[in-house]
Amino acid sequence: MAQNPRIKFILGGVMILLAVVYLIASSTQASAQYFMTVEELREKQADVSGRELRLSGAIVGESIEYDPATLTLKFVVAHVPGDNAQIEREGGLGEVLHQAVIDPTRARLNVIFVGVKPDLMRDEAQAIMTGKMGEDGIFHADELLLKCPTKYEEALPDQAEG
Amino acid sequence: MLAEFGYGVIVVTFLVAIYAIFASVFGQVKKSQKWIESSRLSMQLTFPLTSLAALLLIYLLVNNNYNISFVYQVTSRAMPTYLKVTALWGGQAGSLLFWSWLLSLFMTAVTLRKWDRDREFLPWVVLVASITLAFFIGLNVFYENPFTRFWQTFSGVQPATFRPVGGIPFTPADGNGLNPLLRHPGMIIHPPMLYLGFVAFVIPYAFAMAALITGRTDDRWTRITRRWTLWAWLFLSLGLVLGGRWAYDVLGWGGYWGWDPVEIAAFMPWLSGTAFLHSVMIQEKRGMLKHWNMILVILTYSLVIFGTFLTRSGVLSSVHSFAQSAIGPAFFIFIGLTFVVSIALLIWRWPELKAEAQMTSLLSREALFLLNNLLFIGILVICFWGVIFPLISELATGAKVTVGPPFYERATGPLFAALLFLMGIAPLSAWGHSTVKTLGKAIWRPLAVALAVMAAIVVYFLLNPVLMNGYFPYALIGLFVTITTAFITLYEFWRASAARSRAQKENIFLALWRLAGRNRRRYGGYTIHLGVVLMAFGIIGIEMFQTETQGTIAPGESLNLAGYSMTFKSLQDFDLKNADGTPMQNVARAVVDVSKDGQYLTSLYPRRDYYYDAQQPMTIPGVRSTLQDDFYVLLVDWQPISSIGATFKIYHNPLVNWLWFGSAIFILGTFIAAWPDKEPERVPVRARKAAAAYQPGD
Repeated sequence: MAQNPRIKFILGGVMILLAVVYLIASSTQASAQYFMTVEELREKQADVSGRELRLSGAIVGESIEYDPATLTLKFVVAHVPGDNAQIEREGGLGEVLHQAVIDPTRARLNVIFVGVKPDLMRDEAQAIMTGKMGEDGIFHADELLLKCPTKYEEALPDQAEG
Repeated sequence: MLAEFGYGVIVVTFLVAIYAIFASVFGQVKKSQKWIESSRLSMQLTFPLTSLAALLLIYLLVNNNYNISFVYQVTSRAMPTYLKVTALWGGQAGSLLFWSWLLSLFMTAVTLRKWDRDREFLPWVVLVASITLAFFIGLNVFYENPFTRFWQTFSGVQPATFRPVGGIPFTPADGNGLNPLLRHPGMIIHPPMLYLGFVAFVIPYAFAMAALITGRTDDRWTRITRRWTLWAWLFLSLGLVLGGRWAYDVLGWGGYWGWDPVEIAAFMPWLSGTAFLHSVMIQEKRGMLKHWNMILVILTYSLVIFGTFLTRSGVLSSVHSFAQSAIGPAFFIFIGLTFVVSIALLIWRWPELKAEAQMTSLLSREALFLLNNLLFIGILVICFWGVIFPLISELATGAKVTVGPPFYERATGPLFAALLFLMGIAPLSAWGHSTVKTLGKAIWRPLAVALAVMAAIVVYFLLNPVLMNGYFPYALIGLFVTITTAFITLYEFWRASAARSRAQKENIFLALWRLAGRNRRRYGGYTIHLGVVLMAFGIIGIEMFQTETQGTIAPGESLNLAGYSMTFKSLQDFDLKNADGTPMQNVARAVVDVSKDGQYLTSLYPRRDYYYDAQQPMTIPGVRSTLQDDFYVLLVDWQPISSIGATFKIYHNPLVNWLWFGSAIFILGTFIAAWPDKEPERVPVRARKAAAAYQPGD
């Protein structure tokens, strides 16, 4: 009798543990998305066609086109490296984004997003997009997240560059 | 000059904290009260010192001293003074200093308390606090000096703490300014609340470590820190709620929580802290779960540091993080070290933390509390997994794989539902032993009412089939759990106050008031539960029944959503000026009329402000709020010639205000539970004599 209660509790604990493990495993499988850079996506374009994934890139300002009637936002993103250490070496995120946009040899990709144009949508902002690569070679984003690091990262005032 | 002085103050604070570490250890080894007292006093000295440093920085911020790189980064001349003050936590270096400032405030408050009964804890509490403070101030000293100045040298302008060779001070004419998205009352209070919550959790941890080191492993440490923990938890909860409200008001996506890694970073210590708040009660009442409580408090401390680390190091891509920074490795080492040392101490004292009783009944209060803890930790594990999954997958396969909001919603949903249900029944079960029968007896009445309400809800949906969507079955489960728990909780209030009212011949409201006053932790807790239930109600509403539409319409035309009709009336476009006459922002403000069934309800003014200094627009929704729903209108775009029209996006968010209303009840309940007792000294006085009697060495 003395052993019985323990077994009950251990069984209960194991069941909860299994439930949590199951929830994690199944949900991970259901919603995992590859996080890719523009270059990686261009290389593996055929493999990932039609699969949900996340993409990061620098927004090329002059390419932004917005049709408010249909809420269609078109723009081009340029490749930025995905590795934090590499970004650090190249002078920080602000500098990397700037270089990505002014360098015409970088891999670029057209993106379409339907929805409200985000406030932070502008030249050299970092876009993190969730969506699918279309057959047309355009990335169709369902979700668009923007980071604007320039305001916070550049410790150096603009005057200094002149 | 001020900058060098400010840096000097930070360095001195660092040295004082280091001194406090050594003095407390030395005093303990030498058994010298003098050294221990010295460590306590130096701990208290850190507060004036950090205050001086923080106030200096605020002075520089307010006075537009753009020679200081931090001031340049976070303020501009056009900003009003109060925003310049709050810019203290608008950037990395300043927010770290702010963190240290709050920590030294809390530690000073702790060292000022009466220590007569707990002399042996004092040096160790000072030690843990000093180590934490030394670490954070050390980050300011070695990596992120907020007083760094700009210097003009041959190779250009560079920021540096000390004058570089041949450098002359360089002062830009104006600063960068704070991102307009952050210029919102919610955003001004949100970070300090989170920080207060983070910092206050250091105190229960410090006492737990003191208990482990001294071997005084009774529940004294939990009793001392009970209120501290509640306050920490209160601030953390407030911080999370304010952050959600800010997102809802400002970010213009009709949501309040995006499962962003940084949101989760603040949510994780809240989860383990909530588990801790519950399980200490079992330790106090039944002398069980002592190991578990230690693990939870260690976990919470580590998660607090980890949370600060995530927000500050930029290791994860997130909308919140300021920057990539050199402080990442330092944080990593600190978390690792404190975690390993804490766990080692726990293992060392493991045999002494044996439970005084054994759990026997699966439905007893303590068993249900344990289940509650497992569910909270389950959610915590899911969150942690989601946050670190990209790092793991990159290490394992080379490809970075992330999980988004659907992962969290799917994985935590069932656990949240189970928690809600447990929240309803656990307070009804008895300590020691409960059966299905005793529980059923307590539950059946509110359960019957809840079932009747559910039947009404189902009928309502059947009459309005347009409301049914893919989430409908989940919504029903959620609503059932929520409503049942709400009725059980209300019934608990009613039952107890009715009993008292009969026994004491009091009016029922007076009885409720006195009852809650007698046992504030219990009734504060029930009030919190009620708040959570209301929040859940709101969350079910917006998450499962939110609808949206968008379109471009000319003046006079309408958009329809959820039975509402919105008519575009007019649009104005004008500039707002700064105090000095320069244009600050351009405002495009639309006037729309909202009506339902042909009945005019109200006019809304969705607008879009364009800030010239930050070159950034900001969308401000027009919202009609009722207890039933929010009608949330965004002005997306407009044509300069207003006859062409404007583009709107509309959200219909059912029940969302219950989320905010519930949050207020929740916070109120925490206040009830955390408020200091009127006569806290009576019990300690009696107990102190008893304690003194068997501690001859003291």
